[in-house]
Amino acid sequence: MSNTVQAEPGEKLEFYDVVSHEHTVHGSTQIGFWLYLMSDCLIFATLFAIYGVLGANFAAGPAPADLFNLPLVAASTAALLLSSITYGFAMLDMNEGKQGGTLAWLGITGVLGALFLGFTLYEFAHLIHLGAVPQRSAFLSAFFVLVGTHALHVLFGIIWLVTLLAQIWLKGLIPANQIRVQCLSMFWHFLDVIWIGVFTVVYLMGMLR
Amino acid sequence: MSTATHNQPLPADAPAHPHPGISGDGHGHGTRRSYLIGFALSVVLTAIPFWLVMADVIADTTIATLTIMAFGVAQILVHMIYFLHMNTRSEGGWTMMAAIFTIIVIVIALSGSLWVMYHLNTNMMPGHVMDPALMM
Repeated sequence: MSNTVQAEPGEKLEFYDVVSHEHTVHGSTQIGFWLYLMSDCLIFATLFAIYGVLGANFAAGPAPADLFNLPLVAASTAALLLSSITYGFAMLDMNEGKQGGTLAWLGITGVLGALFLGFTLYEFAHLIHLGAVPQRSAFLSAFFVLVGTHALHVLFGIIWLVTLLAQIWLKGLIPANQIRVQCLSMFWHFLDVIWIGVFTVVYLMGMLR
Repeated sequence: MSTATHNQPLPADAPAHPHPGISGDGHGHGTRRSYLIGFALSVVLTAIPFWLVMADVIADTTIATLTIMAFGVAQILVHMIYFLHMNTRSEGGWTMMAAIFTIIVIVIALSGSLWVMYHLNTNMMPGHVMDPALMM
């Protein structure tokens, strides 16, 4: 009648390890970093919501069609998209243990990221030169916060990437560095996903208005 | 999560090994082929909406907006599958659970904000001409 399981003396009790995990050191780093990315996603969601609400309040100031330069946006999109595939190649080389290839592809990724950042800063400088500053209208405030937050993420991604290049250069592809490369990979591709939302909602839909 | 299995020693001489254990049940790895497929898809999914807007292909603004948003969503899915390697198995399904939860919160936040603020604008600003099309 009783369903109680009687442990044999000396038998190793395993209560939680029903599914055989292959955890090792750093086993929880990736899921933790993923949760951080999801919370970051919520920050961008609120910024997109703000832009969606305020994006049409021009206060008699310039509208998207007056300001945005789509070829420039296309160029920065191309840079970010290319940096995604070059990061992918860095991951592949890392998985094959090729340190030189990993460093080279990561370096190219960083250059493309810097190029993207340069395009964004050029655009911001151009807008400010035109008098389209964040104080001008609710639309411009929301625009600068949303695009600026994304650019700030890319800047920190580049800083992280340069740090990682130095660490791989000095210590090689040790497991700790591999985990870091994998986390930065998630971060980098995540920023690309956010950028898809930015160029779709802000630039392309803005030009249609 | 079990703590007992965290005590495995690090593979000391493993850097050159293809999968030195740390991958564990974490995120899957792409192959060169999957990265290239993802890249090709996202180039196409980026080029088409840019072309639609820059060449002014669709005259109707609403249809053009919906088309562009559909391309955006499709490209986000491509990135999640081919670049972020999302699947239902990584981390015992928790990656996907966290993502689904996040998407639900995002949908609530976005649709709720737009809905509420649209009604605020239409109901509380008499005389303020607000084109509904501008509010998405």
